[in-house]
Amino acid sequence: MKRLLFILLLTVLAGFVVWPQKPGNYIPGGDALPGNPGIHFGTFSRQGAKLGLDLQGGTQLTLQADMSNVPADQQSSAMQGVINVIQRRVNAYGVAEAEIQTLGQDRVIVQLPGVKDIEEAKKLIGQTAKLEFMEQDPTGQWIPATGQLNGQTIALTGAYLVPGHQQVTFASRAGLPDVAFEFNSDGAQIFGQITQRLIQKPLGIFLDGQQISAPTVQAVLTQSGVITGLSLDAARLLALQLNAGALPVPVSIQGETTVDATLGADSVHKSIVAGELALVVVVAFMLLYYRLPGLAASGALILYSLLALSIFKLIPVTLTLAGIAGFILSVGMAVDANILIFERMKEELRSGKTIAAAIRSGEDRAWPSIRDSNTSTLITCGVLYFFGQQFGATIIMGFALVLAIGVMVSLFSAIVVTRAFLEVLLSQSWAHSARLFGMEIAPNQIGGVVSPRRTAVAGTRG
Amino acid sequence: MFDFVRNRRFFYLLSAVLLVPGVISLVLPGGLNPGIDFTSGTIMTIQFEQPVDSNKLRDEFAQLGHSEAIVQQSSGENTFIVRTRPLVQAEPDANGVLGNSERQQIEATLTADLGGLQILGLDQVSPLIAEQIVRYAILAVAAASVCILLYLWWAFNKVTHPLRYGTTAIVALLHDSLIVLGIFSILGRLFPAEIELESTFIVAVLTVIGFSVHDTIVVFDRIRENFTRRAGEPFEDVVNHSLAQTLTRSLNTSLTVILTLIVLMLFGGVTIRTFVLALLVGITTGTYSSIFVASMLLVSWHIGELKWLWPFGRMRLRPARAT
Repeated sequence: MKRLLFILLLTVLAGFVVWPQKPGNYIPGGDALPGNPGIHFGTFSRQGAKLGLDLQGGTQLTLQADMSNVPADQQSSAMQGVINVIQRRVNAYGVAEAEIQTLGQDRVIVQLPGVKDIEEAKKLIGQTAKLEFMEQDPTGQWIPATGQLNGQTIALTGAYLVPGHQQVTFASRAGLPDVAFEFNSDGAQIFGQITQRLIQKPLGIFLDGQQISAPTVQAVLTQSGVITGLSLDAARLLALQLNAGALPVPVSIQGETTVDATLGADSVHKSIVAGELALVVVVAFMLLYYRLPGLAASGALILYSLLALSIFKLIPVTLTLAGIAGFILSVGMAVDANILIFERMKEELRSGKTIAAAIRSGEDRAWPSIRDSNTSTLITCGVLYFFGQQFGATIIMGFALVLAIGVMVSLFSAIVVTRAFLEVLLSQSWAHSARLFGMEIAPNQIGGVVSPRRTAVAGTRG
Repeated sequence: MFDFVRNRRFFYLLSAVLLVPGVISLVLPGGLNPGIDFTSGTIMTIQFEQPVDSNKLRDEFAQLGHSEAIVQQSSGENTFIVRTRPLVQAEPDANGVLGNSERQQIEATLTADLGGLQILGLDQVSPLIAEQIVRYAILAVAAASVCILLYLWWAFNKVTHPLRYGTTAIVALLHDSLIVLGIFSILGRLFPAEIELESTFIVAVLTVIGFSVHDTIVVFDRIRENFTRRAGEPFEDVVNHSLAQTLTRSLNTSLTVILTLIVLMLFGGVTIRTFVLALLVGITTGTYSSIFVASMLLVSWHIGELKWLWPFGRMRLRPARAT
């Protein structure tokens, strides 16, 4: 009975998590994109189900960083620099919920949900990070700081920094961080001229046109210098940005996917209809073929759907079209453990066992098959997830995650939940009929199977 | 009881009949009809405000330097799917200012000539990425096979010749993936516009592999169990009994999955139809192969019918009996 209470509690919780704002929208013909109230507990907050770009509309860009000119040991910090720069640019562009992730050594995936002007976004993201040194003109405006090099006037930029030589140091004053930077010989010449000119004046350091620091020049500097007066975090970030800005890491767009929001909404709607129908079809099959145990399995299957959807929402798992297809497929596969147990149960009944004993040994006998077959499916999910991550196929990762969660939840629903429901049903005396267990033998032959009823019930309660 | 084992040669023949045309179609040039995920290119869904003739649209693309464009009327109103080689991204000019991208130029020209339009979807993959996807896909299948082989080897270590179970399960999964690939190769030749393979196809093949092994394990598990219970009986009989006992379960599980797939096929939308079809084919053959390929090969191996596959004569394949 405790188990049943626990299951009921779980059902209510799961129902609470996934309950839609407008339940009517889930009926075929309802709105395409049903709203969802979201879950909030203190700092924990989840807003609706998380939909992939193919369902909510938006753009995904795959960017490739050209690492051919970067020493191998500095590639990861260069990559971190690229990510930081893109992050800042995307934030500046004002895209809510943009997602940026690295793939392997030199690739970045940028997801921009709901972005309309893709070309603008691409311009913004695709540029190479640009570091500039500026001085103030008499009116206080920032203008590029220039110097003479081989008879030409040249603006000082991050291109003249020695890649990867910018670092956080604690040399100048005890405990306070500085950022030390180092120019190459051309840069040192220009920097010397500029610092000479700007003694006791501010030198502006700009990244992508944004001022990140404006230290006052204390002395004439050539090859190297330090920027002081920063917090540790700011110093680390600046060193990273100077390295990134200084590194010539051109970023090129290798792939882009754009889905219009209306197309996505249509897919969501179709998936909901298909999912609901799939559930109905599987429940109908289980009821017709397995009868009473089928009824218990159907109840478990509905709890399975609620639980799986709750987990998707709570983690949250980004649902894509392939992911939803994977979930609908898992509805069909979730009853596999039930079928294995019920078939074993029938065998045990045929061999003359009582219903209670048949249920128990059916579960025991079916367990190795259930364990081994589901383990292999989980292995496949793991491999899929790993490779999806390697080549940034978010659809493959989403599919694998959904299937893996489905397999694990289905083990719980098909074994624990079905068993609890079956016990409740068997506490009713009318339930002890072989016909309700889908047995094709004549009643007089199974008299021994069904009786003694009371002991059978007591057995299941143990 | 139906004698599965005695009819094994018939099932081998049936598998061959199913495999050979597909494999021939696969090896001939243009074996699979790959989408842009594998070949690189651009695929655009354009919706016009006014009715537009597809030939007119094709001419427009030709004039824009895309004579290779494939223009297809889509299910939506005034909607077309256009496939081209990858469009050129915006390039910075001498001052570092980005110009218009090729997509913007196309959009502008089409709007000027054919009226208002909206690009509902755009997918673009560069050759660099396409090449990597193919490589990772092959690696993924290989890695999944090795992991499953190792797991089965370990799970069946109490039975004599545990490696045979893993190996025949892998042969069955290769059989299933090859049938899916073969059928899609033939379908791709018959319906080049409809059957195009995207990276979701890899997902489908990998799911089929998972399901195929899942199914095979249930059968093998019963063989493992009966191996000890029916000690002394010929291995053929043990397998026959195990197959008869698991047949209803195999059929019913496949049936529930196939029912959900049919629902997805009918109501899930056009975008995932190829994906669902691949699953449908694969899950059907997955059920078939667990009974008629994996288990039959296990028998053939036990009674020494597979000796000719190993011409070195070191492995002694004796008729095995359950011990």
